[in-house]
Amino acid sequence: MIEVSNLTKRYAGRTAVSDISFHVARGEIVGLLGPNGAGKSTTMRILSSFLPATSGTVRVAGFDVFYDSVEVRRRIGFMPENNPLYPEMRVREYLKFRARLKGLGGRRSRERVATVMEQCGLTDVQRRIIGQLSKGYRQRVGLADALVHEPELIILDEPTIGLDPHQIRSVRQLIKSLAGRHTVLISTHILPEAEMMCSRMVIMFDGKILAADTPENLQKLMQGGSQIVAEIAADAADLNAAFLQLPGVEKFDVSAGDGEFRRCALTPRDGCDLRPAIFALARERGWVLRELTRNRHSLEDIYVQITKPNEEEEG
Amino acid sequence: MRIFFTLLRRELAAFFLSITGYVIIASVTLLTSLSFVILLTAFAAKPFTAPLTEMFYSTFFFWLIVLLVAPVITMRLFALEKSSGTFETLMTTQAGDLQVVAAKFTAAVIFYMVAWLPMLACLFVVRHFTSQPGALDAGTVVGMYLGIFLTGCLFLSLGCFASAISRSQMAAAMISFVLGVSLFALGYLARLIPMTSQWQTQALSSFSLFDQMDDFARGVLDTRTVIFYTGAVFFFLFLTLRVVESRRWK
Repeated sequence: MIEVSNLTKRYAGRTAVSDISFHVARGEIVGLLGPNGAGKSTTMRILSSFLPATSGTVRVAGFDVFYDSVEVRRRIGFMPENNPLYPEMRVREYLKFRARLKGLGGRRSRERVATVMEQCGLTDVQRRIIGQLSKGYRQRVGLADALVHEPELIILDEPTIGLDPHQIRSVRQLIKSLAGRHTVLISTHILPEAEMMCSRMVIMFDGKILAADTPENLQKLMQGGSQIVAEIAADAADLNAAFLQLPGVEKFDVSAGDGEFRRCALTPRDGCDLRPAIFALARERGWVLRELTRNRHSLEDIYVQITKPNEEEEG
Repeated sequence: MRIFFTLLRRELAAFFLSITGYVIIASVTLLTSLSFVILLTAFAAKPFTAPLTEMFYSTFFFWLIVLLVAPVITMRLFALEKSSGTFETLMTTQAGDLQVVAAKFTAAVIFYMVAWLPMLACLFVVRHFTSQPGALDAGTVVGMYLGIFLTGCLFLSLGCFASAISRSQMAAAMISFVLGVSLFALGYLARLIPMTSQWQTQALSSFSLFDQMDDFARGVLDTRTVIFYTGAVFFFLFLTLRVVESRRWK
């Protein structure tokens, strides 16, 4: 659905996006993740053919965003950052206006406006003035606008920013319900959000793509560094000796826990799972095992790790 | 074309469904009525040979209206869309750059002409209370409105351009006001400098907005003037279009 190859965008004196390539298949929900200023919005603006690329090509549904801009725009529903709307218009009037601008005929636009208002839960407020609506409702108006012409691709720039948890949940639910029928590209800097909604994530930092994979694979990628924590009631010296002989242990650390329990942190070699071996060891020696867990790196850790600004460069 | 009318309707609604729209209409009416009262007092004091419509332009109220109102009407057009971000949503629909510029300009012109309509009442007052048929005739009224229309188009296209190059409405209003006053000053200069056959003064004379307005008010339609105005309007609209397009080659 989207093919981005070697895309670069330079503003005067600043490179916002540098040489990125990725693709999105039909029906996927893909999250574009990154801290503020990573180039997410710029990428989305180029995808929606609002801005031209400095170099590289972007194709949406096989059409070049620069040369076949009209065809691309016909297929895209775009909700920019901060969801700009005309505050003086009424909800229904605004959606109707937008539907007409997107080339829908009179009858068709009436049908579609009714459908998207139903879909986004706006039917009750259709006669209200947009400027007087709550932020959650305004966000839904923006979403309804993006959906009104039944686009193949929906691009949402930070769709849940500034909403309260309840509103966030309803917006997420709405976006999730679009999967399959539409291809969705969402940008966000909130990680759990992407984890919940997206089937694939593209992590951007400083205009470059750092990682692009499914949430599960991204976690696997980091599993090499995961730790096993065990709390065992035994002598520290016995534990040290036993762990030294245990195969697959990269390094370990035994520290005092509460009472007779010792807290052991073990780092496995090449991501193998040490838990069965530790359990077998405890049973064999007759030690009491109180806790045995694997600290999985959450995506949060991965995200922080790969988007951490390089301190040496900064200094 | 359908998109053009959709855009036009929305732009007109933005003028007529907002308080600013009515404030503009009220101030134009106030200024025209004031100039009408001043003219009537002058007429009462001593007789004039010229018809009322012609005298209207010699009061500075007319120019004040054009110079002040055009920036206020046009400042919102592009600057507000840019600062609120709706420009992005607008330009990612099927609407083309040309349609957007044309719809915004047309809406501004329609609103501007509507703001001048209450002045017709003054003319009816004259017709009702005067015995002289020469004081007011159809030709001069049409000529006057054509003059108002053409000068309006010129200053509004200037305003469109100013709005397109700025992000803030205040900046847009100031830029178009300064451009408008410069044009006006050029016209004033043209009137002060004696006409010679040199090309410089000839060229300058085409900027003589006063003399051209006098012609319109007399019901004289000079093709050169009409061409000058139309050309200038298209020039500024072309510049506006290029500015709107410029995001594509920046």
